[in-house]
Amino acid sequence: MQPRKRQTIGEWIFKASLVLSGGLIVAVLGLMCLTLLTHAWPSIVALKWKFVTTNTWDPITSTFGAEAFVIGTLLTSLLALFISLPFSLSVSIFLGEYAQRGILSEVFKAMINMLAGIPSVIYGFWGLFVLVPWIRTFQIWVGIPPFGIGIFTAALILALMIIPYAAAIGRDVIAMVPNELKEGAYSLGATRMEVLLTIVLPTARSGLFAGTLLSFGRAIGETMAVTMVIGNSNLLPTSIFAPGNTMASVIANEFSEATNAIHVSSLIELALYLFVITAIINIIGKWIIQRTEVSHG
Amino acid sequence: MRTGHETWRQCKNNAFHGLIILFSAILFLPLAAIIFHILKNGLHVLSWEFLTALPKPMGESGGGVGNAIAGTLLLIVLSSLIAIPIGIFTGVYLSENTHGKFSHIIHVAVDMLQGTPSIVIGIAAYIWIVKPMGHFSAFSGGVALALMMLPVIIKSTEETLKRIPNTLKEAALALGAPYYRTMLQIIIPTGFQGILTGVLLGIARVSGESAPLLFTAFGNPFLNLNMNKTVQALPLLIFNYATSPYEDWQAYAWGSSCLLLIFILSLTLLTKAIRPQ
Amino acid sequence: MNPDILTIEHLNFWIADQHIVKDLSLSFPENTITAIMGPSGCGKTTMLRCINRMHELIENTRVEGKIKLSGENIFKLNAMALRRRIGMVFQRPNPFPTMSIYNNVLAGYILNGISLSRKEKDQIVQEALTQAALWDEVKEGLHRKGTFLSGGQQQRLCIARALAMKPKILLLDEPTSALDPKATAHIESLLMELKDTVTVIMVTHNIAQASRISNQTAFMYLGELIEHGTTERMFTVPKDKRTEEYLSGKFG
Ligand SMILES: Nc1ncnc2c1ncn2[C@@H]1O[C@H](COP(=O)(O)OP(=O)(O)OP(=O)(O)O)[C@@H](O)[C@H]1O
Ligand SMILES: [Mg+2]
Repeated sequence: MQPRKRQTIGEWIFKASLVLSGGLIVAVLGLMCLTLLTHAWPSIVALKWKFVTTNTWDPITSTFGAEAFVIGTLLTSLLALFISLPFSLSVSIFLGEYAQRGILSEVFKAMINMLAGIPSVIYGFWGLFVLVPWIRTFQIWVGIPPFGIGIFTAALILALMIIPYAAAIGRDVIAMVPNELKEGAYSLGATRMEVLLTIVLPTARSGLFAGTLLSFGRAIGETMAVTMVIGNSNLLPTSIFAPGNTMASVIANEFSEATNAIHVSSLIELALYLFVITAIINIIGKWIIQRTEVSHG
Repeated sequence: MRTGHETWRQCKNNAFHGLIILFSAILFLPLAAIIFHILKNGLHVLSWEFLTALPKPMGESGGGVGNAIAGTLLLIVLSSLIAIPIGIFTGVYLSENTHGKFSHIIHVAVDMLQGTPSIVIGIAAYIWIVKPMGHFSAFSGGVALALMMLPVIIKSTEETLKRIPNTLKEAALALGAPYYRTMLQIIIPTGFQGILTGVLLGIARVSGESAPLLFTAFGNPFLNLNMNKTVQALPLLIFNYATSPYEDWQAYAWGSSCLLLIFILSLTLLTKAIRPQ
Repeated sequence: MNPDILTIEHLNFWIADQHIVKDLSLSFPENTITAIMGPSGCGKTTMLRCINRMHELIENTRVEGKIKLSGENIFKLNAMALRRRIGMVFQRPNPFPTMSIYNNVLAGYILNGISLSRKEKDQIVQEALTQAALWDEVKEGLHRKGTFLSGGQQQRLCIARALAMKPKILLLDEPTSALDPKATAHIESLLMELKDTVTVIMVTHNIAQASRISNQTAFMYLGELIEHGTTERMFTVPKDKRTEEYLSGKFG
């Protein structure tokens, strides 16, 4: 009788731990949302829409208009997405369609894995010491102010960082396109390029879109590398080569030094927006991918 | 005419193939450049002293990043202690309850957590732990990193366990085994390799993170292994020293980058080696 | 024949709204081999799983009727205790991949947290492996992983694993359908020897196999038990036309 009782207790504890662990994850997420909201609340109430529609950010005079950072974030992320697209798409096509196996495919996979493994801070460090001088040379050569640092530099680094992520998703959705579809086209005498452009890519299009969306979400929240090369200027950027700031980089720069309550609160408000936007992007992106997985079996 | 058309189509096809390979291959340039510069500037900094000594004040030469190495290891241990059990248990729950509503909610939460920017996780850990305790600490850094590790461990556990044939579980239950022993003694050990892969990937992911540590572990110029005090970490040190104007400190940053890169790449290689087919 | 050790009385089983086993009554004499036959999807596996209450792992099921093991209604017993008294062998060999051959045999004890002395363990392992006709092949490498064995050896290991718990009844669900003819013959002769000590209930699609080794044959069709009796009678003078057709290979 004794061991059976022990087993019942063991059973109960085990099942409870499973549910509790899962519940903890959900609770952490809910709590994160709530905490950010309550701590951002003073700033939300005090500044209302002016927070995102004005562009003077001056902690000394307690003026907090984050428009420049919102624009900086969008500009760097969109630019990065734009730069990364041809490369991530090429890698996706190569790994998902041309060479699912073989030496070259292993080599490209290793390359992508390495790019994905390099920490953000090392990208930033390399960007600051190697890429920035290169950009500066380029800027002198073209005849624009040689900042070196700035939105464009940040976007280049960001592009490099999101390519592995986008390529991994892209490869999966392209590889998922059913063979029967492709064979149908081949049997009509189509070349590989024609099959790709008329069958594979259109079939994988929603998955590719989701991959792009998810990498955009990555880019928005990326912090350290951007902080190190963007120039940290609180002014509205005047061109893509000008220094700027993103929402994430402002938080990284100012949060530990912020003493004034409204300053802290407005930085947390930025974090809240980052959280909400990336959450929405992730839910939509993952949902689209899951749907394609289901429909392709 | 007809064959001309065919040749033209074939040409386009080959050109397209070439273009795809070209664009993919271009990515080697930045990768090679990054690795080259890190090895060139970092490799010669590495020495026994560099690995064990504390940083010297600016102006003095020598010294090392022993505090950051120890701190990074402490943070990895702390975050693993939190994330591994919770992650594995959540993964087990998800693999066992594939259709429930609660599972669906957990899935969404895991996806959201995975997508949450690391700086936001740092802020949350700051509000939850640093603020109530009144000071920065290694513990708060460990919690922040654990939150980043969790999704990786959960997903790999879930995927691994879902692939284990159901009859294995049935065989254990048919022997009269209670459910918890079946899971703990048969199913989880059977998926050990896959779960370990997830844990190592999780560690690789967080060991290079600096954003969540800015307001939690905070950094510390001295050696500390007390989880209630601030602690240095390699990525934090790289950030602080890279942006400093002193060349000695920049050399620390190059050396640390080299070290961190070697550590992360070895971890990734290790996961490749043990990953089940 | 021997007295019955297990009796199924008016068993009905539903998964969701689907009526899968319909009013099935059947008894199993002690130390005999019963072959359960019938076309695919007729509910053989389901019926077999009710006997050690493995059906409870499926959600949304309902069961009616009684199953009596030595007079006790199994639905009144503790499920885990019941399963320790009834062994089960599956279609595909499924030794536990993380365990050695030795521990696979002892898995029932390990998983139930029953501690044994070294001597007891050695004895149980040797006995069970001998009963399963595997001892001579593996005695040199008891601490190797069970998954290194051949398919037929793995299946015998699974039989040894079930026998180690000293069950009165052994349930087998198409135990040889994944094996080659030689391994199948090996298992058949082993089952013939086993019936001195255990009651064997076996689902099989192999008509010849049923006629070779079973004492009793039961024929199911669309969830119903059409007919049962001694194997000899069933194969020579079946009462139902469907039984005759099935056993002579005309349908199913
Ligand atoms: N888990 C389940 N959920 C829903 N229906 C099930 C489940 N298991 C079995 N069934 C249904 O119960 C019926 C009987 O299945 P069962 O596996 O018992 O047949 P069987 O006689 O063993 O067939 P086979 O010879 O192919 O093994 C089938 O119609 C099947 O679809
Ligand atoms: Mg069956």
